[in-house]
Amino acid sequence: MLAVTALIVVRTQNLFAVAMLTGIYSLLSATFFTLLDAVDVAFTEAAVGAGVSTVLMLGTLSLVGHRQKKQRTVQIVPLLIVTVTGLILMYGTLDIPPFGEADNPIHLHETTVHYLEESSHETGMPNVVTSVLASYRGYDTMGETTVIFTAMVGVLLLMSGRKKDGTGGADDGE
Amino acid sequence: MESNPILRIATKIMTPYILMFALYVQFHGDYGPGGGFQAGVIFAAAFVLYALIYGIETARLVLPMGVAALCGALGVLIYAGVGIATMFLGGGFLEYGFLDSHDAEHGQHLGILLVELGVLTTVFGVMVVIFYSFAGRGRVEE
Repeated sequence: MLAVTALIVVRTQNLFAVAMLTGIYSLLSATFFTLLDAVDVAFTEAAVGAGVSTVLMLGTLSLVGHRQKKQRTVQIVPLLIVTVTGLILMYGTLDIPPFGEADNPIHLHETTVHYLEESSHETGMPNVVTSVLASYRGYDTMGETTVIFTAMVGVLLLMSGRKKDGTGGADDGE
Repeated sequence: MESNPILRIATKIMTPYILMFALYVQFHGDYGPGGGFQAGVIFAAAFVLYALIYGIETARLVLPMGVAALCGALGVLIYAGVGIATMFLGGGFLEYGFLDSHDAEHGQHLGILLVELGVLTTVFGVMVVIFYSFAGRGRVEE
C-alpha cells in the first residue's frame, strides 16, 4: 500500500490530491511503525507527517495554485541516479540481520544493554525512549530543538521580507 | 468554512480536548509513548484547527504572532537554561543529577521534565509561527 500510494503521488498532476496522498502515506507509515513496535516514532509520524505538514502544504498550495506544470520529456539523468541509488540501498539491506532475532548485534551491544538495564534506576524513567532522548542524548535533543528554532527564524525572515518598514514578522500587521 | 455551524461547534468542543491530550502526551511521556515533540505538535494542531475554522485573524487574537515566536525562543532558552543551571550546581552541562542535591534520580526526573517542557514550547511556537506565516500571506496580497 505504501508503494502504491507513493506511485500515485509521483504520477498525479493535481497538487491538492498529492498533498492529501502524502498525508495518507504518512498515516500508513505510522501504522507500519506501530507494527514494528516503534510507538514513539509512529506517534511523531502521525502527528507531524499526517497532521501538521499536510496543513502546511495546503497553506502553501493556496499561495501557489494547485496545478503542476506539464512536463513532457523524460529526464534521463535523474532517473538514472534514482535507480542506481535505490539499487545500492537494496544491496545494503542484504547485510542487515533478520528482523527481531535475539542475537542481532544491536541487542548485544553494551550501550543497548546498559540503557535497557540501568536507565530505570539511573533516571527514574520507565520509558527508555524518553530517558535516552532527554538524558543520555540530551545534547542531541538540544541540537534538534535549536534546529527547529532556526527553522522558525528562517521562515520569519523569508516570509516577512516584503514590508517596507522592515520591522520583521513579529507583529500582527503583516 | 468560517460560516459552517457544524464545523464551528465541533471545533469549539474539540479544541480543549486536543489541548488536554497534548498535555497528557507531554507529562505521560515518562511512562508511555510521547514527549515534548509530539505534545508540541498536537498543541499547535489545536491552534491550527482553530485558525482554519474561525479564520486566522481570530486565532491571532488568541495567540498573537509575537507570542508564538517568543515561545519558540523561550523553549530553547529553557533547555539551555537547565544545562547552565546544572553547571552552577556543580555538574556538567545538562547533568540533571545535580538538580536535586539529595537524590540524583529525582534530579534526573526534574531535569527531563524541564527539558521536555522546553522542547514542547519550542515546537509549539515554531509550528504556529510557520503556519501563520504561510496561511496569513495569501490574504494580504489579494
